[in-house]
Amino acid sequence: MDPFVESVRTAFALIAQADPRLLKIVALSLGVSGTACLLASGIGLCAGAALAVARFPGRRGVLVLLNTLLALPSVVVGLVIYLLLSRSGPLGSWGLLFTPGAMVIAQTVLVVPVVAALTREAVESSWLQNGEQLRSLGAGRWTSGLLLLWDERMAVLTVLLAAFGRAVSEVGAVMIVGGNIDGYTRVMTTAIALETSKGDLPLALALGVVLLGVVAVLNAVISLVRAWMARVHGEGGAPGGSLHAETRMRTAGG
Amino acid sequence: MAEAGTLAPRDAGPGTRKDPQPPAWAERVAAPLIALERVALYYGAHAALRDIDLRIAPGERVAFVGANGSGKSTLLRVLHGLLPPTAGLRRVSAGGGRPLRFAMLFQRPFLLRLSVQANLRLALWLGGWRGIAARERCRLALQRVGLAGEAARPARALSGGQQQRLALARAWALQPDVLLLDEPTASLDPSAKREVEQLLAEFAEQGTTLLMASHNLGQVKRLAQRVVYLEHGRILADAPLAEFFDGRVAPEAQLFLKGELPW
Repeated sequence: MDPFVESVRTAFALIAQADPRLLKIVALSLGVSGTACLLASGIGLCAGAALAVARFPGRRGVLVLLNTLLALPSVVVGLVIYLLLSRSGPLGSWGLLFTPGAMVIAQTVLVVPVVAALTREAVESSWLQNGEQLRSLGAGRWTSGLLLLWDERMAVLTVLLAAFGRAVSEVGAVMIVGGNIDGYTRVMTTAIALETSKGDLPLALALGVVLLGVVAVLNAVISLVRAWMARVHGEGGAPGGSLHAETRMRTAGG
Repeated sequence: MAEAGTLAPRDAGPGTRKDPQPPAWAERVAAPLIALERVALYYGAHAALRDIDLRIAPGERVAFVGANGSGKSTLLRVLHGLLPPTAGLRRVSAGGGRPLRFAMLFQRPFLLRLSVQANLRLALWLGGWRGIAARERCRLALQRVGLAGEAARPARALSGGQQQRLALARAWALQPDVLLLDEPTASLDPSAKREVEQLLAEFAEQGTTLLMASHNLGQVKRLAQRVVYLEHGRILADAPLAEFFDGRVAPEAQLFLKGELPW
């Protein structure tokens, strides 16, 4: 039998049997990326909403920097976090290097710009259209920012999906700061890289399929939520004012 | 700031600006709610408003008319305080040391993706209303505009006319001293337009000061007592309704009334 077909069959068998080694890796991946996204959302959503409504000297420069950080190479993030957390680094006393905690930090740093930049775009678009009306009701800038963030929650869901996609699919940062230790810091992407180099293609493929499956399920859930919200709020299509931002999210994410 | 009086027409009528003297209405409005003195507003080199002297008395119903780009909407925003003037003074006084309360109705009201009731409660919360008082005020406001039965519906699922009525309820609930209207019925069908106008007339009867920018001269006749004509950011005529429509105003305003204003 063709080795590729054989590998695919073995991969699906591993998934069907709920192989404990596979499950452990998947669970750690989802845990690390989920926690990183949660932390990044707390920081990125607030920063994005604030940047959308704030006007200050140098704002344009900050936005250029933020948009540049969207393409931040994960290995660079890994390297910087490695230097910070290494025993001789300023945060060495935390003892986090080669732990899932270090991986969460690295992915958070990687994902914050994604959340902040895309949220800024979605909220600013609405702010430019509707900010004046909110101010006429007595809302200050920050209150308006938060209200619009809530109002653009359908776009924000897409932002969070893009952020999770970026986190769960990156390999460079978690490899450097996690060390890919079997049973401790091995996640889907680092396991795929390792198993491929070892020639154990079935496990690598199985992990690849699970990774795709996780992203597909998330996409489907978010699509359903968006459709439900649109129906609840009596809107047929995409939310007004966010279309451009959402298009960008789809191209920038992951 | 541009020099005063350069645009005052030579054969100015009774309701016409006669700079540098204060406008006729300024003398009649002894204790204004809002007063603008030599106000100008620039966007870069472009003057959106120039040499604006205006006094608004309590309970007045003033319509701002003029061609597109004449500065009507900008003037409303300056009167509200949403846009700070580049030059000149804006004074507001509600009397009794309390702040003047404004509400504004836009051509397309912005309603959050919330229910009708939640949108109203949010506006009340922003206006400082809390608890039972806010709940009661919300109920009354929805009743007043005939949307009590729609309280739980998503605000964005309402028709255009209903959305504007909700925006009116939001404005009314805040008990404004001054209600500013920026083409409030421009995007509505005749029936919805009539409903909104009727509500506006009721507001006015209660003593709320109405300041409206409108292209609809029929609506101006129905709702306003005083008409201010703007051209290129300047007030060229400021007259009582009858005087304005009798044509006893600046030639530019007469041309506007005849629909012969050059582009």
